[in-house]
Amino acid sequence: MIKLTEYLTAINGINHTPALDPDAVEIHGAYVSDMLSDVMGSAKPDEAWITIMKHLNVIAVASMTGIPVIIFAKGNTPDAAVCDKALEESISLVSSTLSTFELAGILYNLLRS
Amino acid sequence: MAEYWYYADGFEERVQEQLHNNPEAEVDLDFAIPEKDFNTAGKGSSELKNLLKRLGVDSDVLRRIAVASYEAEINVAAHSKGGVMKSAVHDDLIHVRFEDDGPGIADIEQAMIPGYSTADDLVRELGFGAGLGLPNIKKNSDAMHIVSDIGSSTLLEFFIFFG
Ligand SMILES: Nc1ncnc2c1ncn2[C@@H]1O[C@H](COP(=O)(O)OP(=O)(O)O)[C@@H](O)[C@H]1O
Ligand SMILES: [Mg+2]
Repeated sequence: MIKLTEYLTAINGINHTPALDPDAVEIHGAYVSDMLSDVMGSAKPDEAWITIMKHLNVIAVASMTGIPVIIFAKGNTPDAAVCDKALEESISLVSSTLSTFELAGILYNLLRS
Repeated sequence: MAEYWYYADGFEERVQEQLHNNPEAEVDLDFAIPEKDFNTAGKGSSELKNLLKRLGVDSDVLRRIAVASYEAEINVAAHSKGGVMKSAVHDDLIHVRFEDDGPGIADIEQAMIPGYSTADDLVRELGFGAGLGLPNIKKNSDAMHIVSDIGSSTLLEFFIFFG
């Protein structure tokens, strides 16, 4: 397990929900997909979600699936309405310029070490 | 009119008994689902989830209900002319019905196949349209029932027991 704080540093990420303490968010694993039904069908509760999708329905999907943190790849940045909705649902939002491959690889290594 | 039933192991009798006795629900919750409005679609599932959480429903069960219900809501918005979501919360189970205004499902067995989708470009751009919605509803339900035909409305209902 690592804390979101540690991952944020490793990926040079931007935290779009600073009102939610990244030290209190634990990452045990992640699911990588841009198909929303795939996430709802296969992501496990408490997994982080790495994706390039950033519209409002993504927050609903995370909320229904029990996902505590979404990492947006390739510089995709959620707009204010999406961040507000995420706050309402207590879901942390992070973006990074790295690719999904790199984001997953870095997390994998951190969780392994 | 074509009809499809799915029962998880051991649930057929409980569901048929529920339908036969038709007891009054503890709480009824109704929502409209307009066509192609993906911001409104999801409100019903979200409210339902909050209500059940307050009532102390187990988190695993809650998640199954939330996923099944959200997928069904998205389907009404994505594939029909709009419809309604009607949730009935009972002591021991939840029964959620989705009724829409058509155009219906031509072949329900085919629609149930993982990966089968007739979703349009708008729906696909949003990341829906993987053809996994109906399989997800089935996977998370104790029972699922679809009544439909091409040119008619669609009824989809599912049952999930709390214990
Ligand atoms: N309420 C509905 N009205 C009409 N057709 C539907 C409805 N729900 C599902 N379908 C049909 O079943 C197909 C499969 O649904 P689903 O498994 O949820 O996948 P998806 O929504 O990704 O296409 C849809 O593409 C559509 O053709
Ligand atoms: Mg669907």
